[in-house]
Amino acid sequence: MLAKRIIPCLDIKNGKVVKGVNFVGLKDVGDPIDLAKEYDLQCADEVVFLDITATYEERDIIRDLIERGASELSIPLAVGGGIRTIDDFRTILLSGADKVSVNSAAIKNPQLIKEAADEFGVQCVVVAIDAKQREDKSGYDVYIAGGRENTGLDLIEWVTQCEQLGAGEILLTSMDKDGTRDGFDIDMLNAVIECVSIPVIASGGCGGIEDIIDVFKKTDCDAALAASLFHFGEATISDVKEECMKHGIPVRRNK
Amino acid sequence: MIVVIDYNVGNLKSVENAFKRIGLETVVSRDHEVIRQATGIILPGVGSFPTAMKKLKQYQLIDILTERKEAGIPIMGICLGMQILFERGFEVEETKGLGFLKGDVSLMEVDAKIPHMGWNELLFKQEHPLLKNIKEKDYVYFVHSFMASPSEDELVAYCEYGNKKVTALVAKDNVMGCQFHPEKSGEIGQKILLAFKEMITC
Repeated sequence: MLAKRIIPCLDIKNGKVVKGVNFVGLKDVGDPIDLAKEYDLQCADEVVFLDITATYEERDIIRDLIERGASELSIPLAVGGGIRTIDDFRTILLSGADKVSVNSAAIKNPQLIKEAADEFGVQCVVVAIDAKQREDKSGYDVYIAGGRENTGLDLIEWVTQCEQLGAGEILLTSMDKDGTRDGFDIDMLNAVIECVSIPVIASGGCGGIEDIIDVFKKTDCDAALAASLFHFGEATISDVKEECMKHGIPVRRNK
Repeated sequence: MIVVIDYNVGNLKSVENAFKRIGLETVVSRDHEVIRQATGIILPGVGSFPTAMKKLKQYQLIDILTERKEAGIPIMGICLGMQILFERGFEVEETKGLGFLKGDVSLMEVDAKIPHMGWNELLFKQEHPLLKNIKEKDYVYFVHSFMASPSEDELVAYCEYGNKKVTALVAKDNVMGCQFHPEKSGEIGQKILLAFKEMITC
């Protein structure tokens, strides 16, 4: 049976992990590669590097990180943040990433999804979507620019279009839940999962192991993404997987 | 010496890196003379079936691969590299494959999400040296939408996905193929690559 995936996400700026990290036994807690390797050992199913570097010039740093990450990790590496063109896809994939996640640029130019899928295969095209419930609760709007700008685009219309264009996976972040640590946005996830047949990664709101159990029990999402839960050392990925097993949720536990 | 065939499809670095992690340097090449010296060949591949076959033709690799296969050199295809070992593919358009293994490759007809993406358990159909370091139900990493339908005697391992048995590992004599990515499958993947390495040195 296909396992549910647990994915730690590392926000990276200027080559360093920016969200607080509190790991026992790591020399440089800010080093994304050390941290990612630790997650690999804990049986993470995939690692996401989210590059929040502000300027274009600093892109060499992330490229170097991807190269190191790809050579040292034995699991898939997805990279997102600031992807604008098909050349950005190429650069990141050639540096050794397995997947590229694209957000704002796909909304400005949806054909980018198709071009990337045609050229590199659907397996590496992840469309990241930040969405928020409308005030009248009639649905969800898609936001860009790190959640600052409402595109006015309806979430369901957008995910459907992403799938048609060739997205291989959706990384769905709930802006209502992100940072709250009070659980994933079950309603929004179910609304999306009902409409697409590609894998969906749940993101935003994870505050504890029970939230991960909850999202797998109440939705058919394929993966749960979390950052602070793991970075702060509150729970290891192995802890999460052990709890999943107790609840009959299939997870990979080779190590 | 293991040669990773470079025919300009996708990222070969991950295969190279994975062998490095088990202490083995590989040579990435499309040079016939280099390929002729290989004691083991890896055929990687990401993209589509027709593109992969077109590139193999473009670099005149079909004959040399066939020659090495006939010479008994262990050849392992990975993902799309496995799929093109078969006779025919139906991705985009009907395309002739290398034909080292019997069967076709077509879109998965399954009552589950496509692509089949993530970690799935290997179930063993028959014994094989590639499986000697791992256990049944160990997890490996898959990403694909098309699947091979091999003949029964060439199917080594499969996984269950939706209502389907999905071909995971195939082999006939010195020709082997993994639908999953051993180079991305953590410790289990490394153990499979190690088993391939051991087939070569002995």
